[in-house]
Amino acid sequence: MTGLEHIAAAFAGRDKRAALMPYLMGGFPDVETSAAIGDACIDAGADLLELGIPFSDPLADGPVIQAAGTAALRAGATTDAVLGVCERLAARAPVVLMTYVNIVLARGIERFAGQAAAVGAAGLIVPDVPLEESAELRAACDAAGLALVPLVAPTTPDERLRRIGAGARGFVYTVSVTGTTGERRALDPGPLLQRVKAATDVPVALGFGISTPQQAAEAAAAGADGVIVGSRLVRAAAEADRPAAEVGRLVGELAAGLA
Amino acid sequence: MSVEHRFGRYGGQYVPETLMPALQELEAAWVATSADPAYHEELDRLLRDYCGRPTPLYHAERLSEHVGRTVLLKREDLNHTGSHKMNNALGQALLARRMGKTRIIAETGAGSHGVATATACALLGLECVVFMGTEDMRRQRPNVLRMELLGARVQPVDAGARTLKEATSEAIRDWVTNVETTYYVIGSVVGPAPYPSMVRDLQRRIGDEARAEILERFGRLPSRVVACVGGGSNAMGAFAAFLDDPEVELIGVEAGGEGLASMRHGAPLTVGGPAGVLHGAMSAIMQSEDGQILEAHSISAGLDYPGTGPQHAHLRDTGRARYEAVTDVQALEAFRTLARLEGIIPALESSHAVAWVLEQPRGGDELDLICLSGRGDKDLAEALERLGIA
Repeated sequence: MTGLEHIAAAFAGRDKRAALMPYLMGGFPDVETSAAIGDACIDAGADLLELGIPFSDPLADGPVIQAAGTAALRAGATTDAVLGVCERLAARAPVVLMTYVNIVLARGIERFAGQAAAVGAAGLIVPDVPLEESAELRAACDAAGLALVPLVAPTTPDERLRRIGAGARGFVYTVSVTGTTGERRALDPGPLLQRVKAATDVPVALGFGISTPQQAAEAAAAGADGVIVGSRLVRAAAEADRPAAEVGRLVGELAAGLA
Repeated sequence: MSVEHRFGRYGGQYVPETLMPALQELEAAWVATSADPAYHEELDRLLRDYCGRPTPLYHAERLSEHVGRTVLLKREDLNHTGSHKMNNALGQALLARRMGKTRIIAETGAGSHGVATATACALLGLECVVFMGTEDMRRQRPNVLRMELLGARVQPVDAGARTLKEATSEAIRDWVTNVETTYYVIGSVVGPAPYPSMVRDLQRRIGDEARAEILERFGRLPSRVVACVGGGSNAMGAFAAFLDDPEVELIGVEAGGEGLASMRHGAPLTVGGPAGVLHGAMSAIMQSEDGQILEAHSISAGLDYPGTGPQHAHLRDTGRARYEAVTDVQALEAFRTLARLEGIIPALESSHAVAWVLEQPRGGDELDLICLSGRGDKDLAEALERLGIA
């Protein structure tokens, strides 16, 4: 199965109103624990995983994920180590890697895509590669069977949504808020989700700002095919004495909210 | 008129999707505005009456005697607020006002761009927030106080090395969050398109003024144009006027810090290595094998940056400009030398360009043009301590 097929199967075969995709930072708080957190997410009902490869200057991330990336790098996380975590988790659920373009470029676009596919990654999210810069990366991902998942934002106009939606692989990552990653109190994703769903044939997942089971349920009710929860879980990994158990507990609550 | 997105393979727009419509709006506004004579009339009038342009072209006779050839200083230190940064800040603030943006953000390292932006915002009645690393706030205390006096809010950035790189990242995050009301005044020829070409166009009057005046007074072009390069806006502004004069050598002087071998420097162009993406553009950057951005080091906060403008990387690759590095110690020595020989206290950034000229062999009829990008008042505490005078 290619990455695209893995992702499609996860969305189609979900037992919830929306597929649940927890985000975890690879190598945070350390490599071994991050793999355990991934396992706990899958045990608790995650349908897919988004696995971050830390980058020193993550422009799309708010303070929680920034701090986790910095801590992961300080603890010695490398691209190879996180690809190792991916390999361990990918046997159990589709893993979508998330990192910034310089991490990909440093290895070489084709080599990175090939190695990601070789460790079983199903897709790749690169938030600082917008449509205009995406051709070479998408070609390399297509060749490797890796889904290059594009992001759209509330500021994206309809005509542009259609162009992004047409080139999307796997799913469209819809950024729920104008801003960086991080927990938000109130979200109103309905109008945006309708615009995005009208612009693409692939599933539409909502991320940025979602932290509670109630918000996840609201996103599903508003039409999201998938829900991505990041900062809330990364914060738990940072604060809890037993990070994997605590993240697993929260993912269980989110899964129940989507039942 | 079109705006370059790429300089050879460098440049581009590597930013989150949230910002792409804003960059397109900015580019359209810049294309329209820079074709509007009324904009240039207003900018030219302010730069003349408010900033004191054109800045003098000064024949530094004692320095010339010291190095055995003619040295001219383009006195950007005499521009209002004490550096070339005002040319760009005022140009962009006027553009922001035309676009109907009411809130201005900026990043700053040494504080010169922050002060220039705060000044332009005071003049035009715009809200201003300046992001600044806490290490730079310590090194450049007078500029922090200046910005606050001008009515700007200085937002401390406490991540990483607490210098210009982190301040720029935080400014971009603020822009991602407040993009609908906010205009981001980038201070150098860095960032996603259209910034590198827009900032160059706003700074090129440095080179245009100098070129015209040198021809008029000396009847010839300079042999070399020498300017310091962090992000590289004063250098790009000086170089732009001479790009089509192949007989004029263009020398960009980067921060050698504690020496290139020490790895504690800010000289990505000089050192070479694979290109990478930092702050929205592909260019020469300092990075690890995995692609993590490395921390730069320089005694001068304005050159303490692991990236550089994409057009500089292209000029290096094509051989049109040459980039070399000068260490902290050499820059400090030049800082003192210019003060004693000419009664001019240069910014530590500009001291790098002066140091390069001081290091060259005594020559004959060469004519060196140094872009003296700013004055050194802001650096007194740091420099005097390092020189063992304080």
